[in-house]
Amino acid sequence: MTRKVIFPVTRVHEPLRAEVEVEAGRVTDAWVSGLLFRGFEAIMHGRDPRDAVLLAQRICGICSGAHAVAGAMALEEAFGVQATPDGQLLTNLIFAADVLQNHLRHFYLLVLYDYVAVSGQGIMPFVAQQKGDFRLPHTINDEILEHAKVATLMAARAHSMMAIFGAKAPMQQTIVPTGVTEAASSDKIMAYGSILRELKEFVEQVYIGDVLTIAEYYPDYYAIGRGYSNLFSFGMFPAPITGKRAFSPGLILKSGPVEELDAAELVEDSNWSWYDDQAGCRHPNEGKTTPDIDKPDAYSWVKAPRYRGMALECGPLARGWINGDYRRGISVMDRIVARAREAFKIAGLAEEWLAGLTPGAPTLSRYSAPPKGRGMGLTDAMRGALGHWLTYEDGKVTKFQIITPTTWNFSPRDTQGVRGPVEEALIGTPVMDADNLIEVGRVIRSFDPCISCAVHLFEAK
Amino acid sequence: MLKRRDFIKLCMTATFAASLGEQLLPIMREVLAQKQVERPPVVWLELGSCTGNSISLQNSFDPGLEQFLTEVVDLRYHWLFNVVQGEAATRVLLDTVEKEAGRFWLVVEGAVMAAADGRFNYVFSRDKEMVTGLAAIREFAVKARHVIAVGSCAAFGGPAAAYPNPGGALGVWKAVGNKTVINIPGCPANSDWITGTMSHLMLYGLPELDRYNRPKLFFGRTIHELCQRRQQFEDGIFAAFPGEAGCLYKVGCKGPVTHADCPLRLWNNHVNWPVKAGAPCIGCANPQFPDGSMPFYSHLPDIVTPVGRVNVRKIGATVATIGAGMVGTHLAAGVFSRRIHKHFIDGTKPSDPAPPESLAEVKQELDDIIRRQNALLSETKRLEENEARPRRQALLQRIKNFWRTEDKEGKDN
Repeated sequence: MTRKVIFPVTRVHEPLRAEVEVEAGRVTDAWVSGLLFRGFEAIMHGRDPRDAVLLAQRICGICSGAHAVAGAMALEEAFGVQATPDGQLLTNLIFAADVLQNHLRHFYLLVLYDYVAVSGQGIMPFVAQQKGDFRLPHTINDEILEHAKVATLMAARAHSMMAIFGAKAPMQQTIVPTGVTEAASSDKIMAYGSILRELKEFVEQVYIGDVLTIAEYYPDYYAIGRGYSNLFSFGMFPAPITGKRAFSPGLILKSGPVEELDAAELVEDSNWSWYDDQAGCRHPNEGKTTPDIDKPDAYSWVKAPRYRGMALECGPLARGWINGDYRRGISVMDRIVARAREAFKIAGLAEEWLAGLTPGAPTLSRYSAPPKGRGMGLTDAMRGALGHWLTYEDGKVTKFQIITPTTWNFSPRDTQGVRGPVEEALIGTPVMDADNLIEVGRVIRSFDPCISCAVHLFEAK
Repeated sequence: MLKRRDFIKLCMTATFAASLGEQLLPIMREVLAQKQVERPPVVWLELGSCTGNSISLQNSFDPGLEQFLTEVVDLRYHWLFNVVQGEAATRVLLDTVEKEAGRFWLVVEGAVMAAADGRFNYVFSRDKEMVTGLAAIREFAVKARHVIAVGSCAAFGGPAAAYPNPGGALGVWKAVGNKTVINIPGCPANSDWITGTMSHLMLYGLPELDRYNRPKLFFGRTIHELCQRRQQFEDGIFAAFPGEAGCLYKVGCKGPVTHADCPLRLWNNHVNWPVKAGAPCIGCANPQFPDGSMPFYSHLPDIVTPVGRVNVRKIGATVATIGAGMVGTHLAAGVFSRRIHKHFIDGTKPSDPAPPESLAEVKQELDDIIRRQNALLSETKRLEENEARPRRQALLQRIKNFWRTEDKEGKDN
């Protein structure tokens, strides 16, 4: 039995450390740690609630759009206002563009090099190369590397598309409660549509094809990284007026039927995290923690959110299961394939939203903010369920809490010793060479971790 | 090879039709082919960051990411891109730092988390010892040929350092001591600013920097100066809510105090930028961002500066600390708010849209004020060049007197 550490886990967003115990060629136990603390919620405290949308985005550069959407939802609830129909469509379009860039980048920049060998002509820093289990025939391998070059430009195009209505990307600037400050003029609709068409074709003809090719050569990854099989989603992309979400929220336990998720039952545990918290599990609204770097036995800045004592997985695969779009299985490869199919679905939805825009229709409405209020914004981000909880009084934020998808997926153990979803998914992963844990990297990257998002302080209040 | 002067001209003007890179790349190729310069080895460290600047770099067009990595720089280490992981990646990093000492460029993204001796942020491990971001940049910076801070967090602390700054975030230049750090702020930094600064470094060495170590070719002028809605400011046409037509000053635009070329350069392959899209500038390239820009949707005189909240009475003191370059804009802000103060305050509250204003009257007064402001500004600039302290103080006195007389006349404050 040996203990091995990967630090840093590369090709993920921000510092992630993984420690695994390997016995007889299989992973028998695992610990994942986030190693950066910034404390964003404390920063929100005492500020103008209207600033929540723009400031909260700064938590994350890869999923800034998701934080803007969640922030605006929380404010709409707090202010008692609703998005205008065109405002909602534009918000969806901005967010859809951000999701598309994320999915393309996840596959072609981060995941791809786990399966495709780099022979000195990829675009990544290739001063050192991965050794081990690479199975693609030479021609296919090189073809996919060529696609990766196009994909980097496509992902940048997706962000241009986001900027058409969002002013810039990442960190769009136009989403406000009730809608978007940018107008939906016909020239912008046309520009967005033309990039979208290009992207949709690329997703359909190249991205999905490449994913399936890799799946064909690595079929064993349909059986690796299963985890708890507890999936959930907050849903995303509300329709104008009705608010019905294009991806519905829900919860699936042990591959059972889709249930309703009760957001009041979410708790966070910080037993193994570097926070001074004696009280064990708490609802995000009551979180009370201060950083404690010297806490014995703690191993991560990420806390452990749990739902009725269970660790839940979220992300494109969970959305696929809940909406019936993808139900083949739960594994490393299923996560990658479900993501590609979701990208195609979202491109199709974006076409519908674009067609629903009326040039000149109001994209936001003037609203009056009551002196105090409280709101909750739940949406799925690219990599899973994201929640913002906000309370303000006298025009100042008094409480601001966030739970991000990576906090769920990359949580450490809880007080009961229940492993986080990724830790659980790593168990049983076959390892060919304990000094080159390429298989462990594959499992971790299939979750699309974003540690910058995952680590945050729950404000003492 | 392009002359340095022409290069700067290119950077500052090639923003409307053609992109910067489109014109730079052929020059780069030529220079590289003639072996006049070599692609510099680059180590990119992410500290207390959100990865936004790496994403912005990936959003670059002409050169695209691939071209940038294969034709401009030789990126050896960036944990978002490295194919290898763990120890093997760390070996690449340490080898580059050691073997290319004095040659490699250290690019830092994200603030240095300095609280608890840096233990809020670990970046790699060496001989089973975890190394903090703080220790890593202190060690690497002295060996690097250039240190480049990309994004507002790395440059000045940025959002990570916002009050109460729980992680003790610092800008890189505060953490590495007397090494020159080139700051490319922005949240995130525009990809053109990143690729343009690096191109300049490669071809001509250190670009001219302002007092915050920002390359003047991108951060030499204010947003306000270049803004498409500037005329509406002059004409007194103001939006009362974000997204409406008119100058966005009243709904919080920080353009007058923000040095960056967004209005000309635009974002994401030149498709848009915030003010064009109806969203006020939040001053993300400012050293005081975000605290100095918040509330984002309240107008300028309410902003917090290093000397406290700026209001009309404090303008004189502000001039002394903030520096001559910003005098004029602060003055304009102060003057302007004072003339129609109550309407401005009302206008920033979403609940109470501004009542109609006698615009003709305001315009006439503004014209006058702007003339006086320009006169003061040019005077200040001349003073700064001469560093003539007594005269500078005399000017400050004049500015203070300027306000004092108005107070005596009993106009509103």
